[in-house]
Amino acid sequence: MMRISLQPRSNVSLNARIIISIIAALAAFALVAVPVSFAGVSPLTAYWLMFKGSFGSMFAFSETLTRATPLILTGLAAAIAFRAKLWNIGAEGQLYAGALAAIGVGSGLLSLPAPLLIPAVVLAGIVAGGLLMVIPALLKLRFGADEVVVTLLLNFIVILFVQMLIEGPIKDPLALGWPQSVPLVDAAAFPKLFARMRVHGGLILGLVAALALWIVISKTVLGFEIRAVGQNKAAARFAGVPVNATMLKVALISGGLAGLAGVSEVAGVKGYLSADLSPGFGYSGIVVAMLAGLHPLGVVLAALFVAAVFVGADSMSRATGVSNYLADLVVALSLLCVLVGGFFLRFRLKFERAAVPVQMGE
Amino acid sequence: MMQSKGQAEKGSVVLSLENITKRFGSLVANDDLSLSLNRGEILALLGENGAGKTTLMNILFGHYVPEEGTICVADDAGVLHELPKGSPSAALDAGVGMVHQHFTLAENLTGFDNIVLGTESLWQVWRSRAALRGRIEAIMQESGLTVDLDVKTAQLSVGEKQRIEILKALYRDVRVLILDEPTAVLTPQEADGLFVVLRRLAAKGLGVIFISHKLGEVLAVSHRIAVLRGGKKAGELITADADKRAIADMMVGRAVPPLQRNPSQVGSIILEFDRVSLKRGSMRQSLNDVSFAVKAGEIVGLAGVSGNGQSAIAALISGLETVDTGSVRLYGEPMKTNDPRALVAAGVARMPEDRQHDGVVGSMSVAENIAIEDLHSKEFQTAGFINRKAMRERADHGIKAYDIRCQGPDAQARLLSGGNIQKLILARVLERSPKVILANQPTRGLDIGAQSEVHQRILAARDRGAGVLLISEDLDELFALSDRLLVVHTGEVTDAGAVEGLDRGSVGMMMAGHSAHAAGEGRI
Ligand SMILES: Nc1ncnc2c1ncn2[C@@H]1O[C@H](COP(=O)(O)OP(=O)(O)OP(=O)(O)O)[C@@H](O)[C@H]1O
Ligand SMILES: [Mg+2]
Repeated sequence: MMRISLQPRSNVSLNARIIISIIAALAAFALVAVPVSFAGVSPLTAYWLMFKGSFGSMFAFSETLTRATPLILTGLAAAIAFRAKLWNIGAEGQLYAGALAAIGVGSGLLSLPAPLLIPAVVLAGIVAGGLLMVIPALLKLRFGADEVVVTLLLNFIVILFVQMLIEGPIKDPLALGWPQSVPLVDAAAFPKLFARMRVHGGLILGLVAALALWIVISKTVLGFEIRAVGQNKAAARFAGVPVNATMLKVALISGGLAGLAGVSEVAGVKGYLSADLSPGFGYSGIVVAMLAGLHPLGVVLAALFVAAVFVGADSMSRATGVSNYLADLVVALSLLCVLVGGFFLRFRLKFERAAVPVQMGE
Repeated sequence: MMQSKGQAEKGSVVLSLENITKRFGSLVANDDLSLSLNRGEILALLGENGAGKTTLMNILFGHYVPEEGTICVADDAGVLHELPKGSPSAALDAGVGMVHQHFTLAENLTGFDNIVLGTESLWQVWRSRAALRGRIEAIMQESGLTVDLDVKTAQLSVGEKQRIEILKALYRDVRVLILDEPTAVLTPQEADGLFVVLRRLAAKGLGVIFISHKLGEVLAVSHRIAVLRGGKKAGELITADADKRAIADMMVGRAVPPLQRNPSQVGSIILEFDRVSLKRGSMRQSLNDVSFAVKAGEIVGLAGVSGNGQSAIAALISGLETVDTGSVRLYGEPMKTNDPRALVAAGVARMPEDRQHDGVVGSMSVAENIAIEDLHSKEFQTAGFINRKAMRERADHGIKAYDIRCQGPDAQARLLSGGNIQKLILARVLERSPKVILANQPTRGLDIGAQSEVHQRILAARDRGAGVLLISEDLDELFALSDRLLVVHTGEVTDAGAVEGLDRGSVGMMMAGHSAHAAGEGRI
């Protein structure tokens, strides 16, 4: 008789983690092949069309990068918070808060030249997102309120608040009745990176943020303290790490990054604020961070992957008529596969024969 | 052949480990080890910190998979069966029970639920608590282990939690019970209680392996002693023929030097508690009008049965608590309470009582854990950027000076053996020539060689002019190191005076709550 047992592995190399992530993504595509076949399209054709739709041309690639930009930022927001075991589920709300602040500062309130106005808009968005995340962090530190619940519910409050504003005080009178805000002035708009392409300066901000966050986490005292607090709060406190201050800094950085994502969407893509600014970038950021194993540079790759799946699925769906919900399926299954993969990183499966009696000497 | 039907007779082999080898990378934690255990036998497993004791027991219980070797456990008839490797459930089925040094109880469940947890089918719709309870009560009766089953585990003392752990193992009908340093966290009284239980269980045929660094209790309770050294078996002794020296020689390979003790050069007061009171939820954390002082150049021992207020005193000096009334003064100034970093900066060395929980961040490296208190010093950072090279150098030095057995400065702290984690903490706090030392159970879990080294270091710090508050449950340690003794009982501290004029009997009486005067009369 065979029996299967799990054996813990003592150490896990970075290579193994990258390989597992790639295998997980491939496994997700293999699984999604089943529903695609049922939809009457050959999976290989569908995947080829997806690939072409996301990387097949300069234009397609630009679209993928445009979609990846907010995901990098919200992915970083989740990654840093989760490192400190601060469960920020509120990146969606912080994104809207950042976008709102960008409109507040950049729609005519300040009349500055672009080199000054853009930093002002960016800063306003970061501060708004950061402060919004400080509320649940303070409630957690002061009263032990569960930040998962508070950040999640804040999302609805912020989004409803934004909806109220764009139906009222900041509604654009020239928008033919559409509920959208007054537009950003031209000097506040992010420059495009290439002519006639949508990809914009927000991408550079995202890449810089990823690099900076990686440096902070791995090379600075603050990063050391964040890791210590996340991994053993009691020992960190005993050793004199300022646990509460560190948590608040993490909250500010995390919320600020999500707020920056909102600025980037308004100033880089839309030019105004509307209730459909984000198709759930805040929530997808959590998936991106998990796929990346909470590594800031991994977040860039994971965001690119998720963006490519969404952009590719849209294009494939237009060509074949297969629903683009497929993209959600691929991303969700990738996450599940990565989680399963993480399990196999920590444990090794072993098959062996069951116990047999041993003869003992007299 | 041992094929007799029914119960195998006492004295037959119940467990045999053969040629076990386990490597972690280049480190050989167990090197071709063989060991056997008989029914009804208490086997003590001894060895230096990092000798491989816990590793061997983890292999036996299926947590680790050895590279080589076999494990056999006898069934009811006494026939040995090979155990599949790396399977705790197979080990449990075969009747191997383990009480880990760090408890594995669900704190939010009652003792009852913890004991039956995992033994019932998931598909069962309802259960008969009465029947299960009857069974547990029978086991309690038989073994002499009594504990309140209906209290949430979080509210129990360490000794009670351990009783639950043992009951949990017995409930699963074990043939072999493994206890990894069970007495390290027990008061001497609780330890004596445990030994009574172990003897009774052994008399009923259970095989017991227990790991300890305390030679006195090993000699008192075991039948046989096996000694590990550097992953190999250094030898076995029948307890009746053994004495402390013989065991120590076998463990360390050399004689442990006796303590060098110079007369103390007492200076001015550096740490003072002035009518400190503190009330927290449980009695363990409360102090009632406590006053005492520690002078430079002296070691003040704090004797007491654990849970009488030691943790509150330690928490205050560690910067984790604030007084309700009264004051704590450091070098004559009011001490900044509730601020560990300020205390570190002021030259206070603090050892945490629970090293796993408060001492190290397990997933960070040895170097990071040694540097963590000093993170903001010029040595380890420039403009907020960490200086890894300096951290590694400090760690290299600490590893050598304190003989921390690990794979190097970059090894994760959680992979160190229990005693080596303690050495890491000592390297962290003692290396910076502190002026005040809170030595909280400084040698808990250390082997005898390391113990004497730590004692020597504490004495050296005192000779250098540091004031030491030594909290310990070990009267031998208190008497060997202290210049003066305090006794704490139910949150009140009495000064017992210079150690020279004291005897253990009277200190014991004071620990039990008798006044110094009465205790003094008891001496005559
Ligand atoms: N998972 C692991 N990975 C790497 N090294 C390990 C691992 N587990 C244990 N070790 C190393 O193996 C050696 C033996 O450790 P073990 O815990 O068995 O010692 P021990 O005899 O129980 O010591 P102590 O008395 O201090 O508890 C130590 O050097 C330890 O650092
Ligand atoms: Mg051990």
